[in-house]
Amino acid sequence: MAVNKKKHWYEYLWIWSIIYFALGFFNILFAWLGMIDFILPLIFAAVGGNKWFCNHMCGRGQLFWVLGRNLKCSRGKPAPKWMSSKWFRYGFLIFFLTMFGTMVFQTYLVFSGAGTLRKAIKLFWTFRVPWQWAYNGSIFPDWVAQFGFGFYSLMLTSTLIGLIVMVLYKERTWCSFCPMGTMTQGICKIKSKERV
Amino acid sequence: MRKAVNDIDRCVACGVCALQCPREAISIHKGCYALVDIGKCVGCGLCEKACPAGSIKVSEVENGSK
Repeated sequence: MAVNKKKHWYEYLWIWSIIYFALGFFNILFAWLGMIDFILPLIFAAVGGNKWFCNHMCGRGQLFWVLGRNLKCSRGKPAPKWMSSKWFRYGFLIFFLTMFGTMVFQTYLVFSGAGTLRKAIKLFWTFRVPWQWAYNGSIFPDWVAQFGFGFYSLMLTSTLIGLIVMVLYKERTWCSFCPMGTMTQGICKIKSKERV
Repeated sequence: MRKAVNDIDRCVACGVCALQCPREAISIHKGCYALVDIGKCVGCGLCEKACPAGSIKVSEVENGSK
């Protein structure tokens, strides 16, 4: 007996994930929109003490589900245990934040004039891919575009990692070590202890 | 009785299990872990199949209570 579940608008946010990468392909300034997915979960966790964003609104998680389950692109095998262990989750979070910090620093270098805008994205923090078609100047200073390239790189890299583990293991294996997920769960844990 | 049991120490609170549950027996407790309502759970195992952390598993539970 399946419960008749009403479909909500936020169940289609996986489309947003695709639109995001498409927009960033044509104009890198759209990469800034990804900050919504960065800030919103933190607000939910810090203010509401919940993971409602992860649970219902994460477009990336939904995309992995649509591709993995509905389109059968996932083996659906259990992931190795270390992948959802605390040390790996927090380790990955620290690594991710360090890389985010590096990206912000590079933006600062362009802002201060010590660096120049590089119209390229970096995949897996290693491989530089030319992306010059996505930016031909704008009313904004160069550092705004530099942040766009950096942030788009980060978003694309993490989605690619997520896709790889989706194919190899369970659909939403990415969720088990997603830095945003780890961060929001950490905040919620602290908050739930406070409230006792 | 076979029911879903969650290892709250491993749980990442992603909520995939709650989305899959046909009985709406699972909720995410304060963003910390998935909580199974044993009274509603029928032990179908859809949550276990979806769980990316391998924390929720259908196992034998005495009397349908804890």
